[in-house]
Amino acid sequence: MAADFGSSSIEIPRLLAGFRRDQSNLIPLLQSLQQAIGYLPAEAITAAAEHLGLSETTVFSVASFYTQFKFQPPGRDKIKVCRGTACHVGGGERIIAELQRDLGIKPGETTPGGEYSLDTVACVGACALAPVVIINDDIFGRASPRQIIDELANHKPGAGCPCRD
Amino acid sequence: MPGLTAFTTLQAEAKRSWQELIESRTPHILIGTATCGKVSGAMSVYEAITATLERLGIKATVTQVGCFGMCYAEPTMDIALPGQPRISYGFMTPEKASRIIEDYIIHHNPRPDLALCTIGDGRIEGITPFDDMPMLKGQHRIAIRNCGHINPLRINHYIARNGYAGLSRALSTMTPQTVIDEILKSGLRGRGGAGFATGQKWQYCRDAAATPKYVVCNADEGDPGAFMDRSILEGDPHSVVEGLTIAAHAIGAAEGFIYVRAEYPLAVTTIKHAVAQAREYGLLGQNIMGSGFDFDIHIKEGAGAFVCGEETALMASIEGKRGLPRTRPPFPATSGLWGKPTCINNVKTLAMAAYILAEGADKFAAIGTERSKGTCVFALAGNINHMGLVEVPMGTPLSEVIYGIGGGIAESKPLKAVQIGGPSGGCLPANLISTGLDYESLAKSGAIMGSGGLIVMDEDNCMVDVARYFLSFVQAESCGKCTPCRLGTRQMLDILERITRGEGQPADIDRLQELAKQIKISSLCALGGTSPNPVLTTLKYFLNEYEAHINEGRCPAGVCKALITYSIVSDKCPGCRKCVKPCPAGAISFVAKGQPVLLDEKLCNRCGVCRDVCKLGAVAVS
Repeated sequence: MAADFGSSSIEIPRLLAGFRRDQSNLIPLLQSLQQAIGYLPAEAITAAAEHLGLSETTVFSVASFYTQFKFQPPGRDKIKVCRGTACHVGGGERIIAELQRDLGIKPGETTPGGEYSLDTVACVGACALAPVVIINDDIFGRASPRQIIDELANHKPGAGCPCRD
Repeated sequence: MPGLTAFTTLQAEAKRSWQELIESRTPHILIGTATCGKVSGAMSVYEAITATLERLGIKATVTQVGCFGMCYAEPTMDIALPGQPRISYGFMTPEKASRIIEDYIIHHNPRPDLALCTIGDGRIEGITPFDDMPMLKGQHRIAIRNCGHINPLRINHYIARNGYAGLSRALSTMTPQTVIDEILKSGLRGRGGAGFATGQKWQYCRDAAATPKYVVCNADEGDPGAFMDRSILEGDPHSVVEGLTIAAHAIGAAEGFIYVRAEYPLAVTTIKHAVAQAREYGLLGQNIMGSGFDFDIHIKEGAGAFVCGEETALMASIEGKRGLPRTRPPFPATSGLWGKPTCINNVKTLAMAAYILAEGADKFAAIGTERSKGTCVFALAGNINHMGLVEVPMGTPLSEVIYGIGGGIAESKPLKAVQIGGPSGGCLPANLISTGLDYESLAKSGAIMGSGGLIVMDEDNCMVDVARYFLSFVQAESCGKCTPCRLGTRQMLDILERITRGEGQPADIDRLQELAKQIKISSLCALGGTSPNPVLTTLKYFLNEYEAHINEGRCPAGVCKALITYSIVSDKCPGCRKCVKPCPAGAISFVAKGQPVLLDEKLCNRCGVCRDVCKLGAVAVS
């Protein structure tokens, strides 16, 4: 089975082959599928269920419990705003509010054209640099709403952040 | 497989090469590249360092180290020249780093104006020695002993600083029972928050009849505001591997798991690397150090559920199920993973256990208070000058951590409260900051040690809003299995939201207290049971703020949007227009230089950006 998801063609069987048929491998397997596809389409749930000998209901009930798993394609630029305590004290909610206004979507949603998805994360553990925003893999510390909105306007995926390694 | 003699050789070799590095005739440059360093730009500083060294033709060793704890000064760069103490520099930029290298290494000017402190013997004029730094003076580092000193990817660095010596001692000269006795004697209590005696836990698990047995490291640091576990995993991962291996030997387990948050990608990479390296060195796997003891570790990445920090939920997650907690007993020590005896310890507990085995129980037990031995690690954040990682003897007064080590409140504002222990903890008011940081004193005040997040709040924080924030967190993260947590916290959140909207009723305070009481006694797991703590402590210590919201429709701190209006204080505003661009609502307009700006109340969304940027106090909230 080679499924075509957007621009990338993913060999699901090749990914599955690395996991023993054991329920304890369910979460790592879903993580691996999501990493490759970007989200968990229905085909991925079916494939995981078949591979591990579990019902699709079991697989979906586990996947939907964890916030990491997404069932809709993410935006091309993925924005995550930290909502840890230090970020709250430092103005994180203001950033969420401004991004919501600017993008016209709520946390958990993707803009209609598929450009951006907005999410919140519980805490990224960089509290000394609060408030923190992550755009794709770039982390911005001591962020302000204006800086993030400006950053998005000029953003080229993978570029523009001093912290990139 | 190396036997004990082989380990002794390994250790001697590691110590020799470490000594060579420390006493090297070439300069040694260290750069902190943990997550906080990277977020602040450490990688571009690193690139600038290597480019500068090449440009100037300097032969030097550059080491990437974990977080030393001075997160407020990130990125940091340290330089050690032969025969000189190491100098630590903070707030680096690529340009500054290049300039310092040139000035110090080529022109022998150590740039005291840019230095934070010196580390090690010897003094350099104009630079404060490490031990005299207010941030470092009161600290006693055990769990974070190696963070910022060693390259976390080099097992030899860890071994050279007495790493794996505890495991070697446990396997060569001690029986599993004497290992447990040693931990009992040290007085070590679980650093995950509950403070249960670690030796006792190990004993229960050892005494359990069923086999196989498992050991688990709980590295699911989900508490918002805490990052100690991340820093240890990123800066000193082998201390966790060693501690877990010692625990496995003590209880008789052949398999272990490290359950680490997927939100910590660098920590995941570092700990995976450490486990692979330990295997390669024969410190994991079959017949460890020739003792006949077999043990291996699997890494499990969490998938973003706060409840998985609770041990029974964490085990369900390892088994590939929804992370739902279950009732106890049976406790994991008798029936844990796949129904088998399982010992679960926190990252800090394991790092400390490795230290105790290497250095002896007495050394650890000599620190701290009578019932809380050793040290505690805190992540200091919020409105404080020196944010970062702090480890102090148990019983150290909170005031010393805030005003001594933490350097006081940012912008010299008055302290209002300290939030300790995450969503399960509580908010202590300023008049309780003489409270000692140990399990007993904190419990007396209504807070808990929790996992060690310490968020300092100044007078601009509204305590009703803080309580609402924590309840919204708990409500979003409740696993939903038990009704008190799922619906009870929903009710509390609704009431708190109403109060912050100015629609509170006098009976709300009693309602909150009644709900809190019920949720505390009837929730299934500790996360639900402790979730009312932020509300209870704010009600206890900041009742007047609740009353101002409910009875007077006023938010004294000027935070709750429905209850405040912003205005420009004409005689303080010079029309500098600093607030105009940052205003996201376009509510502020510039008139002319020297004339106050205009604020359109209809457009204003009360976000407070203008008040943050105005250093002249020209924005008023009423």
